[in-house]
Amino acid sequence: MGLKNKDLLGMKQLTAEEIMEILDTAKMMKMVIESGNKKTTHLQGKSIVTLFYENSTRTRLSFELASKYMGSASANISTSGSSVNKGESLLDTARTIDMMGTDIIIMRHNQSGAPHFIAPYLNASVVNAGDGMNEHPTQALLDMLTMYERFDSFEGKKIAICGDIYHSRVVRSNAIGLSKLGAKVSVYGPRTMMPIGIEEMGVTVADSVIDCCRDADAVMGLRVQLERQKSSLFPSVSEYAKFYAITKEALAAAKPDAFLMHPGPCNHGVELPTEVYDCDQSVINQQVTNGVAVRMAVLYLLMARRNEL
Amino acid sequence: MRLILKNCNYLGKEQRDIYIADGKFSEKYPDDQADRIIDVKGALVTPGLIDMHVHLREPGLEYKEDIASGTRAAARGGFTGVCCMPNTDPVVDNPAIVASIIKRAEEVGNCRVYPIGAASKGLKGEELSEIGLMKEAGIVAVSDDGKPISTAGFMRKVLEYCSDFDVPVLNHCEDKSLSGGAMNEGPVSTSIGIRGIPSASEDVMIARDIIIAEYLGLPVHLCHVSTKSGMRMIRDAKARGVKVTCETCPHYFTLTDDYCVDYSANYKMHPPLGTREDVEAVIEAIIDGTVDTIVTDHAPHHQDEKEIEFSLALNGIVGLESSFALCYTYLVKTGKITLDRLMDLMCHNPSDILKLGRGGMEIGDDADLAVFDIENEFTFDKNKMLTKGRNTPYDGWKLYGETLYTVMGGNITYEKLC
Ligand SMILES: [Zn+2]
Repeated sequence: MGLKNKDLLGMKQLTAEEIMEILDTAKMMKMVIESGNKKTTHLQGKSIVTLFYENSTRTRLSFELASKYMGSASANISTSGSSVNKGESLLDTARTIDMMGTDIIIMRHNQSGAPHFIAPYLNASVVNAGDGMNEHPTQALLDMLTMYERFDSFEGKKIAICGDIYHSRVVRSNAIGLSKLGAKVSVYGPRTMMPIGIEEMGVTVADSVIDCCRDADAVMGLRVQLERQKSSLFPSVSEYAKFYAITKEALAAAKPDAFLMHPGPCNHGVELPTEVYDCDQSVINQQVTNGVAVRMAVLYLLMARRNEL
Repeated sequence: MRLILKNCNYLGKEQRDIYIADGKFSEKYPDDQADRIIDVKGALVTPGLIDMHVHLREPGLEYKEDIASGTRAAARGGFTGVCCMPNTDPVVDNPAIVASIIKRAEEVGNCRVYPIGAASKGLKGEELSEIGLMKEAGIVAVSDDGKPISTAGFMRKVLEYCSDFDVPVLNHCEDKSLSGGAMNEGPVSTSIGIRGIPSASEDVMIARDIIIAEYLGLPVHLCHVSTKSGMRMIRDAKARGVKVTCETCPHYFTLTDDYCVDYSANYKMHPPLGTREDVEAVIEAIIDGTVDTIVTDHAPHHQDEKEIEFSLALNGIVGLESSFALCYTYLVKTGKITLDRLMDLMCHNPSDILKLGRGGMEIGDDADLAVFDIENEFTFDKNKMLTKGRNTPYDGWKLYGETLYTVMGGNITYEKLC
C-alpha cells in the first residue's frame, strides 16, 4: 500500500484506498499525541519546510507540531522577511528550497494550482496546505477523520455544508474526498456564492439551510469572509446571519446524533449563532487535535514512500 | 527575381507550373531564363495567407516579439499579410507610429504588415484617436483590442466617425463587469478553483455591437468569437442584413476548457477556451458562413509572463506557425469544409473586409503564395518556431499542412530547410 504519488496536491489525486490509509494512520498518530510522550522518530534526520504565501496561524502551527512530534528539522518561510517579497518567482523560490536538500515542502498559496505548478520541477515532496479556491486536502482529511471516529463507514452518509461555497477550498476537497468514499454531500449558500456546475463534482445543491441539513449525519459551517459584502455577494452581515446561518432549527432537521463541524476560524453570530457553536453537537474543538494527527499521517506516509525509492 | 515553381498542386484543382517575374505572376517563360527553379513535387500551392489579428509587440515590447521575428513567424506559417494590433508601448494612436511600423516592416521584408490603429487615444476608451490621419499613414482598421471599445456610447462615435473615412472597426468583445476570471466559467473552473469568466461576458458585448451597428446601418467586425450564443446572434444578425463580420481562431475549434486542469497558462487566453458545445458551434459557424475569417490572435509573451501561476499569467498564445496546419487538419482533412472555403477564410475574406486587394493569382497580380505539404504528417515542435514566444499549446501535436515555401512579392520569405 502506501501513497502512489510523490506529492499530496489534493483529494483529486488520491484514491479511496489512499484516503482510508491516511485516516487509519491518523488514528494511530492520534494515540501517539494522546499518549503523553509525543515524540516519535519517524522523521528524524529529515527536513521539512513550510512555505506560506498566505497567513494562517492554525494550519501552519498544526503542520509544525506534526513535524516536531515526529522529530524532523523544520524551517518556516512566510511572506514577510524572505525572498518571497522580493520579486523572486515562485518557481525560483521553490527550487532554492529544494536544492537545500529539503524532503517535504508544505505550501500555502493564494493562487489555485500553485503547488501543482511547482511540484513537477522539484525533488522534494509538495504538500498542499491550501491553494487559492482549489483545495485544502489536509483540512478535508481532518474533517473526514472527525467523521470516521463517529461512524465506521462513509457509504451512504449525508454531509451538509453551508456557506460561501464559491470561494471555499475546504468544500472542494471535502466534496471530492467524501464522494470517493461513497458519502453524499449537500451544499447550500447564497446563489451569489454558488459556483456554476458544482453539481458535476457529485454534490447536491439544496434549496435552504434546513433542506441542506435535513437528515444529515454531519453538518459543516464555512467561514464567510466579511469583505465579500463589498463585492455585492451579500448585502449585510445581519441579513446573511438571518437567511444563511446554521440555526438551531436547521441543526434540528439533521439526524439526532448528527454533529457540527467548522474549519475555523468562525465568525460567531454570522455563519453560526454562538449557541450553536457551543452546543453539545459541536465537535469543532476536537477537529483541531485531528488536524495534527492527520498531518502526522500525511508526512509519515509521504516520507515512507520517499524512503522506499 | 525570376522564379519557377514546378509540379504545383494548384489549389487542389490541377497540376501546373507557376511562373514569377518582377514580383508578379507571369506568363510561361523558358527554364533557362529563371533565376531559380523549384520542383515542389506535387505540394499544395495557395495564395499567400492573410491574418487580420496579430500582435507584433513593436514598438516597446520587443522582449516578447518584434516586427522582424513576428513576420518571420508569419512567413513560416504561409502568411504574406498580417494586421498588427495597436496595443504596443506607446499605443498606435497617431500617424507617426503607423509610419514607423510600415517602414520597419518594409526594411525587414518578410511579410506585408498592415497596421491597425487604436480607436481611442491610449486605448483609454475616452477620446477618438486621429483616425483620419492614421488612415492617410496606412492603417487598414481601428480597434482597442486587448480591451473592448469601452462603452456603447463611445462605440457609436467610433462607428460613425470611422464611416467618414471608410475605416473598418474591429471590437474585442468582453463586458469587463462580468469577466475578471482566468478561464471559462463552468464545471471545470469550479472543480479546479479558478475564477471563471462567463460566456455571457462575450455575448453581452456581441449583442451590444450588433444592436448599435444595426441601428446606425454601419459595419462592425467582431474579433475572436468563441461562444455558441455569440455565433447564433451573429448568424441571426447577418440573416436580417446587419453589416456584421466576425473572426474566430484555431484554438476555439481545437481546444476546450478541459485543457486548463493542469494549470498551464498555454491554455489561457481571452476569450477563454470554451466547452465542447462552444467548439461544435464554432465549427458549425465556420461551415455555414457565419465566420468570415480565421485569425490567430498571435500573442507572444515572455516565459516569465506565462510559466507562472495560472491566474497571474498573461492572456494569449502564439499562433502564426500552427494556424494553417490546424485549419487544414481539423477542417479540410476531416471534410468539414473545402479547401476553397478555407482560402476564403484565410485570404480572400480578410482581404475584402479590409479592402486589401490581395489573394489574386492571375497573371500580373503580385506573386504572393504559399506551398504546403498536405500529404505527410509532421510533429509541431515549439522549439522550431521563429516567433520569440514559446507560449503554444500545440507542442507535440501531429498535424498535416507543414509550410514548405512562402513567396511574397516574388521573393522567397520562407523555405523549409530539411
Ligand atoms: Zn482581443
